[in-house]
Amino acid sequence: MTEPLTGAARAAGSGADTAPGPVPGPVPGPATGSPARPGRPPRPGRGDAARRGGAAPYLFLLPAVLLFTLFFAVPICYTAYLATRRIKVSGLGLGRGSRREVSAGLDNFATALADGELWAGWLRVLGYGALVLAAMLGLAVLFALLLDSATVRLARFSRIAIYLPYAVPGVAATLMWGFLYLPSLSPLRGLLDADLLGPGTVTFSMANIAVWGGVGFNMLVLYTALRAVPGELYEAARLDGGGEVRIALRIKLPLLMPAIILTTVFSIIATIQVFAEPTALRPLTNTIGSTWSPLMKVYRDAFVTGDLYSAAATSIVIAAISLVLSFGFLRVVRDRAFGEG
Amino acid sequence: MRARPLAAAAAAIVAAGIATGCSSEPAAAPRPAETSAAAGPVTLTYWTWAPGMDKIAKVWNAAHPDITVKVSKQAGGDDASAKFLTAAKAGNPPDLVQAEYQHLPSFVAAEAVADIKAEVGASRAEFSEGLWKMVTLGTDAVYGLPQDSGPMMLFYRKDLFDKYGIAPPKTWDEYAEAARKVHKADPKVYLGTFSSKDPGSFAGLAQQAGAQWWSIDGQSWKVAVADEPTKKVADYWGGLVKEGVIDGIPYFTPEWNKALNDGRLLTWPCAVWAPGVLSANAPKGKDRWAVAPLPQWTAGEGHSGFWGGSSVAVSAKSPNKAAAARFITWLNTDPEALRLLVEEAAIYPAAGKAQAAMTKAPDYFAGQADFWQQAATAATAARGFTFGPNVGVTYNAFKDAFDQAVAKKTSFSAAVQAMQDATVADMRKSGFQLAP
Repeated sequence: MTEPLTGAARAAGSGADTAPGPVPGPVPGPATGSPARPGRPPRPGRGDAARRGGAAPYLFLLPAVLLFTLFFAVPICYTAYLATRRIKVSGLGLGRGSRREVSAGLDNFATALADGELWAGWLRVLGYGALVLAAMLGLAVLFALLLDSATVRLARFSRIAIYLPYAVPGVAATLMWGFLYLPSLSPLRGLLDADLLGPGTVTFSMANIAVWGGVGFNMLVLYTALRAVPGELYEAARLDGGGEVRIALRIKLPLLMPAIILTTVFSIIATIQVFAEPTALRPLTNTIGSTWSPLMKVYRDAFVTGDLYSAAATSIVIAAISLVLSFGFLRVVRDRAFGEG
Repeated sequence: MRARPLAAAAAAIVAAGIATGCSSEPAAAPRPAETSAAAGPVTLTYWTWAPGMDKIAKVWNAAHPDITVKVSKQAGGDDASAKFLTAAKAGNPPDLVQAEYQHLPSFVAAEAVADIKAEVGASRAEFSEGLWKMVTLGTDAVYGLPQDSGPMMLFYRKDLFDKYGIAPPKTWDEYAEAARKVHKADPKVYLGTFSSKDPGSFAGLAQQAGAQWWSIDGQSWKVAVADEPTKKVADYWGGLVKEGVIDGIPYFTPEWNKALNDGRLLTWPCAVWAPGVLSANAPKGKDRWAVAPLPQWTAGEGHSGFWGGSSVAVSAKSPNKAAAARFITWLNTDPEALRLLVEEAAIYPAAGKAQAAMTKAPDYFAGQADFWQQAATAATAARGFTFGPNVGVTYNAFKDAFDQAVAKKTSFSAAVQAMQDATVADMRKSGFQLAP
């Protein structure tokens, strides 16, 4: 799965897709290309090198480990710790010492799991995510195939035009779309006689923003993967009498599968973490509550209602659910994606 | 290949970390020496969103080389309160913070602000009883000095009132009648709107009706967000929204600005700081707006409420509390500073003598010669209430519940009950003593 990507990177880097450029996937690299049997002897040699190097490998590793610990492991541990604490106030809660942090055991987790609002948020995000995933990845595949077809014109321009929205920061894009949606300000209003921020439409409007912003990036990933497909395959297909459409469906799409799965996993994670769009749209409409998405609830608990502890517990629950969803998806599709390897 | 950008990013992060580490150190270094708060130059950081405060600080700094005030401009509103509470918890709060009256109790409850009674207690006579209560929370301590206040009045489009043949309503019944009349005359025009995004405005209207959302009874809190006056106010507006004669677009949104500019919104019950907002958001309305007292619930009464207004508090963690108290005393009671507050920060000062000294009406209301007399009347007529230690919860519940109620045109008093329930549940969870 890394092979086509690196190959494609090389192809993109050279800018030309002439014959000798991309390397077909299964060609072994020169390093491992040395005789197969004597593959054993070199191993002790490498071990010797490591021993001779002494601390060098660890030294190289150190920055990564340090950064991982500082910015990843420690915050996660601190969050886990916070999730088991709570504030205990006595009396009026004013004045010194009337507020103590005490252990809460697993109460915060129990509250988070039993919170109807959090689950309602999950449901909303699920609906939103289904829309986004289907529309965004569908369009990305379509555009990538179109751009890769032999007959396309203005390929470079289209590629940039489709990619460009991805370069617009999410909040800016949301505000721009928000203004387009507002009844009295929108130039679309004349064309569409619907309240685009109404209770029934707001999910679609929000999904539209995500699709608009995300198609370009996913298209580029897929397109890059397509460029790495060896030209001989197409040549063979054409000799066999396959037209562009058949090549796209029978050859390109199956070859794209690993890349599609990769972009799907990324998109699932991004959807679960949806925060900026609803938060930026919220002041413009009264159809988005403060707990519209699970992450918005975390933000609200931590910074609006001032309960860091339950926010920590909720974010751990969210992380667990994201893990289950993304790994679950990978498990389901693994055989299809990587079965051939 | 792939690791490279990551490594570069990581290096950048480390560099940034080192940079911030370095930059924060010089600021922190002189502090420990100043705990005695006597000699040597002191630097105070001050979080505020009042416009022009940096200029006012410059005036102070020029006259007081020993105490330098560094203004750090903040975004206002509920975000500012969240930011301060987070900074206080993280252990690096500013020395001074602008604290809206409704957020001060949360700051006190989080032990984020200091009791400065010894340093500022002498200024008590400068402020009205009601405002002083806002910074003492009805206790023996003093947690800040009042800076500005926001008594509410009724701002209305004089030209359009004439056009539709209505007089400034004296009671809320007359206001409702006028709302029906205007909307009937032109279905695109509304007399006003009910904002589900501005709990402060609703709190002010509830105060006018006599609400007491929180009160302290001995060692326990009494929570009455859903008291009779509040329900009366809620149902009044809910009825008009349901009837369709009062709009439901929130304040301070692009839609609202446009409606104001196009003359499709005729009134705004707002605090004394409205001219600043109107001139920025509805520049076309200059000289067309006028001001009148808020309509009353019973003819002949003269009540008002507060929307907004803030105090300046000193961080509990500040090592320079005495210096900080000196600065805020100057800022909020010295005639020269008060003049600057009015001119540069465009606020309605809390100090009584400064209110009395205001004569020239705001530019936007140039035609209204008695603007400040009206404001002074509203200030004495306004009744506030004690704010509780978890206003953030209550205000958030307001937004969620009223968003729904306005969108679906359901009962507003049910939304008020949702606020009450959320407030009580949160206080109970934290362990506050609640009166039965």
